[in-house]
Amino acid sequence: MLLAIDTSAGTTVAVVDRERGILAEHSTADTRSHAEVIGTLIRASLDDAGIAVTDLSGVAAGMGPGPFTGLRVGIAAARAFAVGAGKPVVPIASHDAIAFGLGLGADDPVVIATDARRRELFYSVYRGTDDAGLPVRTLGPALAKAAELELPAGHRLIEATEVSAGALGMLAETLYANGRAFAPDEPLYLRSPDVTLSAGPKRVTS
Amino acid sequence: MSIREPLVLGIETSCDETGVGVVRGTTLLSNVIASSMEEHARYGGVVPEVAARAHLEALAPTLRRALDEAGVTLDDLDAIAVTSGPGLAGALMVGVGAAKALAVSLDTPLYAVNHLVGHVGADILTDGTSGADAAIEYPTVALLVSGGHTSLLLVRDLVDDVELLGETIDDAAGEAFDKVARLLGLPYPGGPEIDRAAVGGDPTAIRFPRGLSLPKDMIKHRYDFSFSGLKTAVARWVERERDEGREIPLADVAASFREAVADVLLTKAVAACTDLGVPRLLLGGGVVANARVRELAAERCAAAGIRLRIPPLSLCTDNGAMIAALGAQLVMAGRSPSGLGFGADSTLPVTSIQA
Ligand SMILES: [Zn+2]
Repeated sequence: MLLAIDTSAGTTVAVVDRERGILAEHSTADTRSHAEVIGTLIRASLDDAGIAVTDLSGVAAGMGPGPFTGLRVGIAAARAFAVGAGKPVVPIASHDAIAFGLGLGADDPVVIATDARRRELFYSVYRGTDDAGLPVRTLGPALAKAAELELPAGHRLIEATEVSAGALGMLAETLYANGRAFAPDEPLYLRSPDVTLSAGPKRVTS
Repeated sequence: MSIREPLVLGIETSCDETGVGVVRGTTLLSNVIASSMEEHARYGGVVPEVAARAHLEALAPTLRRALDEAGVTLDDLDAIAVTSGPGLAGALMVGVGAAKALAVSLDTPLYAVNHLVGHVGADILTDGTSGADAAIEYPTVALLVSGGHTSLLLVRDLVDDVELLGETIDDAAGEAFDKVARLLGLPYPGGPEIDRAAVGGDPTAIRFPRGLSLPKDMIKHRYDFSFSGLKTAVARWVERERDEGREIPLADVAASFREAVADVLLTKAVAACTDLGVPRLLLGGGVVANARVRELAAERCAAAGIRLRIPPLSLCTDNGAMIAALGAQLVMAGRSPSGLGFGADSTLPVTSIQA
């Protein structure tokens, strides 16, 4: 059983079980209230699932990509919850969770795009699913100007505005059951911090 | 909830230090700090996004180390405290998100506290050995000076009654040190560099302006600070000397600038003590590391009959132990936990001791 958290778009939290599926899921689409709602949504998900923290075997964390400030809240929460519960973090790429939730066919190519602000998109390309039903990512996640995103031939565009923590958790369970690797345990920022190195102090006298 | 000596873990992420500390009542058990200062050095100041990224990486390891050093386990905790503001929004949110999740995972009460009041709370901590300083007395004036804030507070009661007397209207004092260091060609952070450069310099060599100290300012901005004019004055002076082909007397410029900062800080702090009839002054914040600020505080306070308190430097800079200390005070005062609904408030006023 896993607690799953994703804040790459809105805030979503779920409790999932490999056999019984999604036991509870709570979310808000608001992209500005991650820090406010995260604790309440975790609490509600655990309560609804009717399980104790000790029943969990790990915490699935959506590693993005997504707007940084919100994304970090979920990863920080997942990591801290994992420390508190004494269980591992299971890092998952958020786009993979979206693709998994679509229930793609084996030959069912899609491009998943999510908002990166500043008229840019985060996107990932999938060719369909493998024999375990897991989405096969062929490119990305990457960053593109919204106006310049090119769709490879035969691919459908899926513009997602939310990520289901339930799907994220079930993807983590399925990866584990099939002995597959999880995502690297680091946030998918895909952009350097916005810093301009100044050439030196400016003159104040003319 | 009221426990006599609660075991509290504090989480602080308001600026560039990831701090986690553990206290039992007023006894300090651990104080672990991971700083991203070096990552900001090449930019000459704290970059919020760089700081927030560093908090996320440092949080879990810092948490584990603080528990290890305190020799306690998470199950032992009576409460968790976290800084909810003021500070950098994106940085605060990392701590708030982590603290909430940790509190839910442990089913432990969570207290959201004010960073500035936390600086005052640092002073009540002792290392538990006998011969420690006598307890802080109230009311006290508190001067909190760092790269992020410059505030003068009147503290009548740590958990009940804190008033903002004044604060900087532009740069924080620590920021002024960074900016002046930069224009003198010294690296970041500026405070220790200016301190070093000032050795042997004449603090009276150049009379740099004292911000908001004119008679008219003393009506409207009696306890407020301004350092941006001072920074510009140093820049002008240095530019003129360079333009005229003279060598910059680095030690004199550094000593004179530092004197201007220390002078205005202590003049206003001592004035507050005198005006309000409060013969106690507490210093906090990273700028307390500055040798001249400490020295002048001791001189001026002695002359004015003011009792000066300066916590150990490791508790003056931003840290989690001070947040835990304030949380423990709230628990001991029987305050209810903050619940899970609070947010990060980058401009949280000092009157909101608990969010
Ligand atoms: Zn501070």
